[in-house]
Amino acid sequence: MLDWASTVDHKKIGILYMLTALVFFVIGGLEALAMRIQLSRPNNTFLGPETYNQLFTMHGTTMIFLVGMPLLIGLAIYLVPLMIGARDMAFPRLNAFGYWLIPFGGLLIYFSFFATGASTAGWFSYPPLSLRNYTLGNGPFGNVGGVDYWSIGLLIVGVGSVASAINLIATILLLRAPGMGFGRMPLFCWLIFVTAALILIAIPALNAALVMLFFDRRFGTAFFDPTGGGSPLLWQNFFWIFGHPEVYILILPAFAIISEVIPVFARKPIYGYEFVAGSGVSIGLFGLFVWAHHMFAAGLSQGVTIWFGAASMLIAVPTGVKIFNWIGTLWGGSLRFRTPLLFALAFILQFTVGGLSGIVFATIALDWQLTDTYFVVAHLHYVLFGGTVFAVFAGTYYWFPKFTGRMLSERLGRWHLWLAVIGLNATFFVQHMLGVMGMPRRVYTYGDFPGWALANGISTVGAVILGSSIVVFLWNMYVSLRHGDIAGDNPWDAWTLEWATTSPPQPENFDTVPPVLGRRPLYELTAQRESANRRQSVGRGQEIVL
Amino acid sequence: MLEPNWAAAAVVWQLTELQGLLPVFEPASPEARALSELLFWVSILCAAILLLVGVLIVDAVIRYRGREGDLDPPAKTASYKVEIAWTAAPVVLLAIIFGFTLRTMGLVNPDPPRNATPEVVIRGHQWWWEATYPASGVVTANEIHIPVGRMVLARIESADVVHDFWAANLARKIDMIPGRENFVWLQADTAGTYLGRCAEYCGTQHAHMHFLVIAQEDSTFAAWQASQLERPAAPSGTLATQGLAIFSEKACLSCHSFGGTGGNAAPDLTHLASRRTIAAATLTNTPANLARWLRNPGAIKPGATMPNFQLHDGEIAALVAYLSGLR
Ligand code: HEC
Ligand SMILES: [Cu+2]
Ligand SMILES: [Cu+2]
Repeated sequence: MLDWASTVDHKKIGILYMLTALVFFVIGGLEALAMRIQLSRPNNTFLGPETYNQLFTMHGTTMIFLVGMPLLIGLAIYLVPLMIGARDMAFPRLNAFGYWLIPFGGLLIYFSFFATGASTAGWFSYPPLSLRNYTLGNGPFGNVGGVDYWSIGLLIVGVGSVASAINLIATILLLRAPGMGFGRMPLFCWLIFVTAALILIAIPALNAALVMLFFDRRFGTAFFDPTGGGSPLLWQNFFWIFGHPEVYILILPAFAIISEVIPVFARKPIYGYEFVAGSGVSIGLFGLFVWAHHMFAAGLSQGVTIWFGAASMLIAVPTGVKIFNWIGTLWGGSLRFRTPLLFALAFILQFTVGGLSGIVFATIALDWQLTDTYFVVAHLHYVLFGGTVFAVFAGTYYWFPKFTGRMLSERLGRWHLWLAVIGLNATFFVQHMLGVMGMPRRVYTYGDFPGWALANGISTVGAVILGSSIVVFLWNMYVSLRHGDIAGDNPWDAWTLEWATTSPPQPENFDTVPPVLGRRPLYELTAQRESANRRQSVGRGQEIVL
Repeated sequence: MLEPNWAAAAVVWQLTELQGLLPVFEPASPEARALSELLFWVSILCAAILLLVGVLIVDAVIRYRGREGDLDPPAKTASYKVEIAWTAAPVVLLAIIFGFTLRTMGLVNPDPPRNATPEVVIRGHQWWWEATYPASGVVTANEIHIPVGRMVLARIESADVVHDFWAANLARKIDMIPGRENFVWLQADTAGTYLGRCAEYCGTQHAHMHFLVIAQEDSTFAAWQASQLERPAAPSGTLATQGLAIFSEKACLSCHSFGGTGGNAAPDLTHLASRRTIAAATLTNTPANLARWLRNPGAIKPGATMPNFQLHDGEIAALVAYLSGLR
């Protein structure tokens, strides 16, 4: 125990991140299920408005800040040093510090449930609703409200994320093994590098805004309070200057995972390495200049609206480049249909659905109809569940053997996959329809408007199926940890450096870091050894058997 | 905190028949029609792209299935031509979509002429809508009357938090942001009643924040305005007169407005009985529903700012008699 609490080993810290995220994932998932039960039929009374509003606030906050970010950061912290042939992160203590802020902030936010009632202002916390006139607690601590816990908790989490971003950037810049230039670095590290840069730029905008919000609430400032001359739109700008890059913070690591998995299971190097890396960089850059597409309905001037609409549409281009390069990698490959590849394929399809509905929103005039409806809920869940979470599933099946030394069960993996695919589409596809049927987001109940009952019923059944897929997944990890096949160093015959060491890797990762001769170090190494052997054997006059 | 007693209070919307199956695709104005056409074509295009990606993947899955132990296929280096092609093609496609968007935006949301005065001012409150007509001075709530067949400029404001005005059959969505004036063009081809709702989360009762847009021929619209400007007849009958007494005694006008006086924190009640709904288009405006509302507003909209006056049945009957006479 103490061993884990005091560790500065990047692998242990990575595991801690991921386990923390897993716990919050289960909590956030149960919150979602409770909401889906409430919405399963019209005029339902399973949850009241206050409870429902707390749940959707906490569901969003949890999934973004306490699941998505720690999960992906944790994965990066585990893998990046291994992939670049380093012994640890650049700043091991900062690493531990960054991690411990996450559960601490998370617990503070969750404590509000018991202290005052959680925030009911939504994960986006728009003022004036998030100011004290509208969201004040009535718990044992006087007039402290859920939003107060929320803003301080997120600030703590945010500081942790910035620390880990700095650490990842420094690690990638400074600790690469000899021979690993940027042009040879695994795409995973490339895309994590872009992600870390985005965290470093975007999260401070949120942190600053959180401080201002807290001051408005507690100390009578009026940054966002219109009655004191402040501007609610200012918060919206701050929030989305953070919030849109946040989407890429959550999806670029998914791209990173997929860009590692597909080549290994297609038995072929990635098609268009430079273009996958370059499109990642351009997504990161464009992603900083599109935030106001979350405010198309706010009545900004036409010029501003058009600029942000055009920039948002442009992002579809590098995203498309990625998808085509992954498919290009599949083409002409020799596909091994193990669970990681299956999830990667599901990822491409489901993420494409979310990407395309994103184009609908970038089409400003359509945003004017569909924003703030269930169409958005469908869109963001295709991106974040069908995209990020499916990629993490692919990555888990791929790297679990490295983390634990044991393989996950393929049979359970397939159950997991199909339940997840059916569940995802049943839950969220109909929500596109609900948006067109006029159902707004964030309503705790709804009337029996034509079609709403059926669509919501299907969505709730889907959510239960999706939930059951998670149960299978957890069960798979539980049993495989005990009885899974022994993995060995490199069960997938993969090419990046993390597979050159033991599973799980020894404390300082490598005895000696193998020479990096190209983009697939282990492949090039075997090729080199083989040709050396061949030369030797030819020298001895023996036959060459290929 | 959690609300254990909530289950007792179930409210069933009563105006659900006012909405069709797919309001976004049932436009009743040129603006909404332009939006629904654009949505239709963009959806088709997106479906086609999804199909393309699906076919490419399925094709790869069928053709390139490998077996354990197969030799690795030869590595291929990317062809710049191919990369440029699949970068350029989406650019062209997106440029086309964007062109159409700009056109639609111009149709739906042309900038109003400078110094244009709005015909109606719509103000969002937690959780109801106030509509005033600056030219005539008419004030009403949760019902927006417009003349048919032409574009009506509406100014959009908020009294408290951010709301969003959305009448899907007629116009674009537009946020109501405190301290800021937005505008939207409303138009309806034919006379009729259209359901709209708040689309931006605005607190506890965001779910119960609907409104009606009632489009009328010019003459009917003028008659409506005229009738709204008259003071309603004095209460007739003892019950209604008693109701008026209770109405003043309970200081209902500290929040509600009436004939130009009173508060501004609650719907105007001058012509309450002329309206079709109460509680922001949650219930039809019938004596039974009025009684229900007065007995306990929180049972219909938990969290609504109107207090429960603990009225007894006699008082409620009297108030209902009075309120029902406010035509
Ligand atoms: C503290 C302020 C307040 C007081 C006092 C108050 N009301 Fe209300 N009332 C409201 C609000 C706010 C609404 C709108 C609720 C909603 O739809 O969310 C409302 C709605 C109503 C409605 C429905 C109107 C409509 O068009 O939807 C009626 C009728 C009504 N009140 C009658 C009364 C009567 C009668 C009294 C006095 C006994 C009274 N109110 C006192 C705040 C108040
Ligand atoms: Cu965005
Ligand atoms: Cu609302």
